[in-house]
Amino acid sequence: MSENLIEVKGLTKKYGDFVAVNGIDFHVRKSESFGFLGPNGAGKSTTMRILAATSRRTSGQVSVLGKDPEIYGPQIRAHLGVVPQEGNLDVQLTVTENLYIYGRYFGLSSKFIRSKIDDLLEFAQLVDKRDVKVEALSGGMKRRLIIARSLVSEPDILILDEPTTGLDPQARHILWDRLFRLKEDGMTLLITTHYMDEAEQLCDRLIVMDKGSIMSEGSPADLIKKYSTKEVLEVRFGSNRNADMAPTLQNLCDRIEVLPDRILLYAEDAEAVLEDIIGAGHHPNTSLVRRSSLEDVFLRLTGRSLIE
Amino acid sequence: MLLSAAVAIAERRSGRLGDKYYAGRSHIVLERSLIAFKSSTWVVIVTGFVEPVLYLLSFGYGVGKFIGSIDSGTGRMVSYAAFIAPGLLATSAMNGAIYDSTWNVFFKLRESRLYHAMLATSLGPLDVALGEIAWALLRGLIYAIGFMAVVAPLGLIPSWWGILAIPAAVLIAFGFASIGMAITSYFTSFQQMSLVNIVLLPMFLFSGSFYPLTVFPGWVQGMIKALPLSQAIQLVRGLTLGAINVGLLSHVLYFLVMIACGLFITTRRLDALFMR
Repeated sequence: MSENLIEVKGLTKKYGDFVAVNGIDFHVRKSESFGFLGPNGAGKSTTMRILAATSRRTSGQVSVLGKDPEIYGPQIRAHLGVVPQEGNLDVQLTVTENLYIYGRYFGLSSKFIRSKIDDLLEFAQLVDKRDVKVEALSGGMKRRLIIARSLVSEPDILILDEPTTGLDPQARHILWDRLFRLKEDGMTLLITTHYMDEAEQLCDRLIVMDKGSIMSEGSPADLIKKYSTKEVLEVRFGSNRNADMAPTLQNLCDRIEVLPDRILLYAEDAEAVLEDIIGAGHHPNTSLVRRSSLEDVFLRLTGRSLIE
Repeated sequence: MLLSAAVAIAERRSGRLGDKYYAGRSHIVLERSLIAFKSSTWVVIVTGFVEPVLYLLSFGYGVGKFIGSIDSGTGRMVSYAAFIAPGLLATSAMNGAIYDSTWNVFFKLRESRLYHAMLATSLGPLDVALGEIAWALLRGLIYAIGFMAVVAPLGLIPSWWGILAIPAAVLIAFGFASIGMAITSYFTSFQQMSLVNIVLLPMFLFSGSFYPLTVFPGWVQGMIKALPLSQAIQLVRGLTLGAINVGLLSHVLYFLVMIACGLFITTRRLDALFMR
């Protein structure tokens, strides 16, 4: 039986009348990579901040490593590595100095930190940038440095809030590779994201959140199996005609979603559906057959796209 | 689970009074300032030192030539330069502390989000407040020593008690820095910082740096004497001119209260800002 590092029951957070998190339950097991998937404003970051002992909940129960973060703030934070959504590197310091002083904030000795810095620079692929001021780094480098910085205290849980938002595709892949290594080493990861590919790549299990509530929970594959078909056919007939075509196409597939710019047809064999459409004398401007993704799950659960 | 060093360190303080607010590591926040300072411009430090010296040369020796001697307020006549020197020392202690606790703190609070990073670790808000103020005080101490090193050889510190003006300047800086940081925590834009200058400038002009408060009617004197800069000037001037009396202790007490209030508000505010 695996150990639960985090247990949350009925967690609610209100800002005045606004309910940011609305009575959610979940648990995270040791060495698990656990994701929070949802659009901006779903309550993911708020939940993360409560787990990281930097926000107080309105009601509900939270246990991180067996302790309430509201009572044992500094002790809980000593267990965590936090990678915030907004960069907060120390812009007045160099790369190495950032790693050094962050370790010092935890009370670690200079000797201990210095023995770790080379490995951390290696991990972040920033060895040749060690004495550079952080302002001179690219977005991807900064994000890698923040991750390396969060590891200096040897945390038990790493909390990553939108780790690749704002990065170009190449930088994202480098970052995913780094996170994957941590996962392989048995690190417990908590990741919020509104990128379905990120969630699919990195998360063993995830919760889909929308408007402060959990819509569903499971592994990416289970969620896709449960809420979507194996394949999806995307067709475009032009913005004016998409809605008109929908009734005609409905009978050709298991389920249909009409978006402003395209129609999604869910089926076990999407290629066959496309042949049927063409066979019936319809000619979409473009067509694409792909595997179902978490984006489809989200659309099914909420009726909306993840990124709007 | 094997405890990491960071966890063992945090656990050691667990259960102590105020352990949520103070981890006993404000010196690490100060260490951060020293590292940042090594690579920052020296200009700011030099300006802080030069400013009061320029005032002293211009007013003390320029204007002072027309004034000659002045009643120090204790019935003793002193040169005009010796009269304003303690006022300038107190003012520069205030200005340095306010600069550090407003502009610098605002930047780290709102722009670089440095305090967010610090408070995501096992540090507490009081560690951050004390550490940042300690840096302001260290600078204030260096300014005060520098100023005294210039004015003492010029014969502007008639009494040996004057040496205590240096710790007094640090006390004054502590008071202003802790209140300044508390006020800055309420600011949300750089523009609001001008409010600080609106308060500081008249306080500087009317608190008795350049002339005795006896020029004002009694009720105005009473009001001015209650202001922190006036308290500071009375304390430093009493020391440099050797007019030692129990009244000086009341000024010390004034600043101790100011420090306590400032630290209390700052810690509460940082906690409220970061623990939303």
